[in-house]
Amino acid sequence: MPKTTDDSIKDFRGVWVYVEHADGKATGVSWELLTPGRHMADALGVELGVMIVGDSGSRLATEAFAYGADIAYIIDGPVFSHYRTEPHMRAVVHLINKYQPEIFLLGATVTGRDLASAIAIEVDTGLTADCTQLGVDVEKRLFEMTRPAFGGNIMATILCEQHRPQMATVRPRVMPMPARQPGRLGRIVREELELKEADIATKILKFFPTESEGVNIAEADIIVTAGRGVGSAENLRMIEELAQATGGVVGASRAVVDLGWISYAHQVGQTGKTVRPRLYIAVGVSGAIQHLVGMQNADTIIAINNDPEAPIFSVASVGIVGDLFEVVPELTRQIKAAREQAAANV
Amino acid sequence: MHVVVCVKQVPDTTQVRVDPVTNTLIREGIPTVVNPFDYYALECALSIKARFGATVTLISMGPPDAVKSLKKCLAYGADRAVLLTDRAFAGSDTWATSYALSAAVRRLSQDEPVDIVICGKQTIDGDTAQTGPGIARHLGWQQVTYSTGVEHVDPDARTITAERKLERGKEIVRTTLPVVVTVVEDAPEIRYASLPGIITSLRYTPETWSVQQVDVELANLGLKGSPTKVKRIFAPPQRSGGEVVSVEKAGLVDAVKSAVDVLHTQGVL
Repeated sequence: MPKTTDDSIKDFRGVWVYVEHADGKATGVSWELLTPGRHMADALGVELGVMIVGDSGSRLATEAFAYGADIAYIIDGPVFSHYRTEPHMRAVVHLINKYQPEIFLLGATVTGRDLASAIAIEVDTGLTADCTQLGVDVEKRLFEMTRPAFGGNIMATILCEQHRPQMATVRPRVMPMPARQPGRLGRIVREELELKEADIATKILKFFPTESEGVNIAEADIIVTAGRGVGSAENLRMIEELAQATGGVVGASRAVVDLGWISYAHQVGQTGKTVRPRLYIAVGVSGAIQHLVGMQNADTIIAINNDPEAPIFSVASVGIVGDLFEVVPELTRQIKAAREQAAANV
Repeated sequence: MHVVVCVKQVPDTTQVRVDPVTNTLIREGIPTVVNPFDYYALECALSIKARFGATVTLISMGPPDAVKSLKKCLAYGADRAVLLTDRAFAGSDTWATSYALSAAVRRLSQDEPVDIVICGKQTIDGDTAQTGPGIARHLGWQQVTYSTGVEHVDPDARTITAERKLERGKEIVRTTLPVVVTVVEDAPEIRYASLPGIITSLRYTPETWSVQQVDVELANLGLKGSPTKVKRIFAPPQRSGGEVVSVEKAGLVDAVKSAVDVLHTQGVL
């Protein structure tokens, strides 16, 4: 299994983003990746490309151009209608081998991680998961991929010096969305790949959509999160009321989910969701590092805890030390009053 | 049928820190545990063994001390355990690790052809979820990631049916053997180790294999065989905390008001 450690890596040019989509709609992280992608493409003086595998080709390309892409590589065909590792991997590998990008980004979603892991071995290159910061050394054309490791207790900057493309995945909501510029144009490159259904081993027999509980904390603007300090499942009512008053949704720490007070869909943190809301209110959450890595990108953080030494206060914009059973109802009352006043002033 | 489970002994990540002066990992005295996700992989394998009949072999790559984790897992009902341990493996990234593990699977197949390799969805120290799919690609096998469980294995038709957990829902897939499956944490409850299992594991000595026992190219192992290299490590940047008010000192209404004021100035409300 020889590795390609030779001068040929110099021929790789361009920054690419994989557009993950289902039912004609791209995942948010696909567009978020165009933000660091654009920066790096500009710094390196190359084009920003997107790769779209699947049926709903040019409409997604138009969206990608509006979000900053210069060029869209599209492979269409019936075998790509639902994501499966093998056909999608073959399509991406084909495009990489033909057009040789130097940097390739994917979302750290179930599909993104499944696909990226397979591609990295197939094209014989390195892959860095869950990056939180991306940069380039322009002179050496090296991609600097920074990620948390050991549950967020350390940060590591990773290089892939001898192999191309340099690949990374990034979790949803870690990078900001790029500004949308409707009407911005780009170039479409269509490629054919001879792949028959009979050649693909994996079949999707059934699909059950998640029964909609109406909660998607990863996309929420305001999240009120309950920690173990809330004390019982019944006391979550108080958290729901505060969430309602703010127009937000209920999140939970791992402890609260493990205790069975609320479903996993609400869990924030390393083993739950990474969130990036405008406002995050942490109630009775001590702030273990595994929790902090999932929410510290919130614009404003309010922490309520009776322990003044709780680590959550070190990331809070405002901290309130006190009994949450007093503080939460009072906060709900004041926020309601402030909203009513704002509404009256309009 | 032969099922292989990959097990990793990992540091208890909640206790790993960076020395702020030297920017190196402080490893001394950090306890190690079996990667928690690997128990779900083990449960998945034992459930296949119970329903369809199979030999279950555990493999791990790590320092000699990792036999401890293999013995622990063996108590649950696995049949054999092998530790890949050699300085040549040290410093491997996910490319080199999955290469080494795939070589171990090939070697095990000489004794009894391996049909299924099962891994936890990721480890808690690396968190990459890349090693399982890496093994599949190095072997040229199918992969089923983020599985909540294997529903059926048909040894005659050489197929496996498994459920996968996606963000949008769940899907049932059928693919061909041999296959690598990675398992998520909401797979079924993990069984208890039986007393006879514990006694067996106490008496059992896992096999240890060096690079001599597996067919590998040394250039593909360890630090030099790893496409990715750590340039530097550092303590995570601290978001600087803001004002902290105390209900005891400021009074309930004013303490809460200071928070609401911040929401006003930042335009959140």
